[in-house]
Amino acid sequence: MTDALLDVAGLSKSFHQVHAVRDVGFTIGRGETFGIVGESGSGKSTTARLVLRLVEPTRGVIRFRGQDLATLSKEALRRERRHMQMIFQDPFGSLNGRMTIEQLIAEPMEVHHIGDSVERRRRVGQLLAEVGLPEAARHRFPHEFSGGQRQRIAIARALATEPQLIVADEPVSALDVSVQAQVLNLLLDLQQRHGLALLFISHDLRVVEFMCDRIAVMYLGTVVEEGPKAEIYAEPRHPYTRALLESAPGRARKGAPLKGDIPSAANLPTGCVFQSRCPRAFDRCTHEAPQPRAVAPSHRVACHLAEE
Amino acid sequence: MTMAATDAMLDTPPTPAGPWRRLLRNRTAVFAISVLAALAVLALAAPYLTNAQPLRISPGIRLKPPRPQNWFGTDHLGRDMFALVLFGGRTSLLVGLLVTLISMSVAITLGLVAGFYRRVDMVLMRLVDGLMAFPSIVLATAAAGYLGPSVTTVIVALSIVLIAPVLRVVRGQILVLRELPMIEAARAVGVPDRRILARYLLPAIMSPLLVQASFIFSAAVLGEAALSFVGLGVGARDVSWGSALAEARNYIQNAWWIVVFPGAALVLTILSLNLLGDALRDSLDPRLARR
Repeated sequence: MTDALLDVAGLSKSFHQVHAVRDVGFTIGRGETFGIVGESGSGKSTTARLVLRLVEPTRGVIRFRGQDLATLSKEALRRERRHMQMIFQDPFGSLNGRMTIEQLIAEPMEVHHIGDSVERRRRVGQLLAEVGLPEAARHRFPHEFSGGQRQRIAIARALATEPQLIVADEPVSALDVSVQAQVLNLLLDLQQRHGLALLFISHDLRVVEFMCDRIAVMYLGTVVEEGPKAEIYAEPRHPYTRALLESAPGRARKGAPLKGDIPSAANLPTGCVFQSRCPRAFDRCTHEAPQPRAVAPSHRVACHLAEE
Repeated sequence: MTMAATDAMLDTPPTPAGPWRRLLRNRTAVFAISVLAALAVLALAAPYLTNAQPLRISPGIRLKPPRPQNWFGTDHLGRDMFALVLFGGRTSLLVGLLVTLISMSVAITLGLVAGFYRRVDMVLMRLVDGLMAFPSIVLATAAAGYLGPSVTTVIVALSIVLIAPVLRVVRGQILVLRELPMIEAARAVGVPDRRILARYLLPAIMSPLLVQASFIFSAAVLGEAALSFVGLGVGARDVSWGSALAEARNYIQNAWWIVVFPGAALVLTILSLNLLGDALRDSLDPRLARR
């Protein structure tokens, strides 16, 4: 893919003995929404932070807009952040409670020297309107808003520098279900209007299905399956993906449900990472880790069973 | 739907009873603030309140008890105790103020840096450990002995001694605060470190520091008295409550007034500062107050 906005390869992160993320790679095109799903402990949030180099990768290449973020100096990286923003799970903790909404939304423009103070104030008004908050919100503080409203503020803040990529780490999982759809629709709408690429992290399969063009399924720090949403939801190829999809409420259950918990990333099983919980594991899985292989154009699966 | 909900929410009045209003509702705090304000005014207005020169020796009126000409009596050199207490207050409170300002600003700067940059922390905290291994009065005594007795010496010595405890408080707070999501969010936006320190972390530690400041102030006033008492204080050309007490110690048995007045001024100051510190802590953190 030549017009890829973000191209990640061999991305790994170990915290001492804990291998949180191992050899993750994917590509996001301009304006595309790419989803990462997985249980808690699958390394999806760490992956989000590695992509933005909020966590230093142990290994790997993060090619964004043609340069490798992993090799940028601290200051060059800081400047590059203008083009990549993040929305966090906790819409209260991620906003400085001592700053007004206007200060919060203007801050990204200020630190990247965009416009003068008059222009920035005008732009704050635009952004508030775009995320559906009243002009009067400007001089209020974050604690005066509900969770959904705070997430709108966080979205306005992320949009302020007109980035090309937004990484959203579980942006609605802290919100009431009734508010989730509003925030998701807003994100989708803004993404289309601004031509943003979105890296969307969630444990919620329905949310990912709603939002994403392509998805990657993570398990224990690795991507076990990656491909177009339609293909993965219609015909999951990895036993883990299949189990995950079937565990969603309202879906017909064909295979056995998943048993047990995700193993510790400090004590990885040999062979395939999923073998300890796989209903279809056989000999080879216990000693040989499956390599990701293409089962269709742009659909890759890391499973020995996918070979036939 | 959201707009309507938002507008309704925005109509509600902002939160009542800020920390300052809570502080002024606290009677102890009001008492402490009044006492400190009164002492400060008396010290500042000293030249207008008495004609007596604090250092003028009048051998003819040695050890006179309180009387209309000398409200607080006279000391063993015939100096007017009222003037001595007022002018002594100038020195004592000035030392307290300057030591608080110097040690707090150094400690805040170093503490912010140490808490934020782990490599600096390693080196700095070992130095602080070394500094804290000495009892502070020994350290202050050594510094004062090396620099010679003067007001400047006292300020420098006490500032050095009082940096370490504040530094530890600041660093400890920063270590916790730097892990907050808002700091990661600020980094993700591209907020430079210096701005994170100034706009995010510094405001967040101000309230515990305000409490700390009142205790540092009282420790400084007391420290000055202690150094003066052992003869390493302000020297013979200045007077302070501590030096007045030091000179009075030989006459305690026959002239109570030369001990009681400077002593009372000292006790009142320290007591008020400590009460103010407690009240500040309660008003800034109401969760603690209810216990």
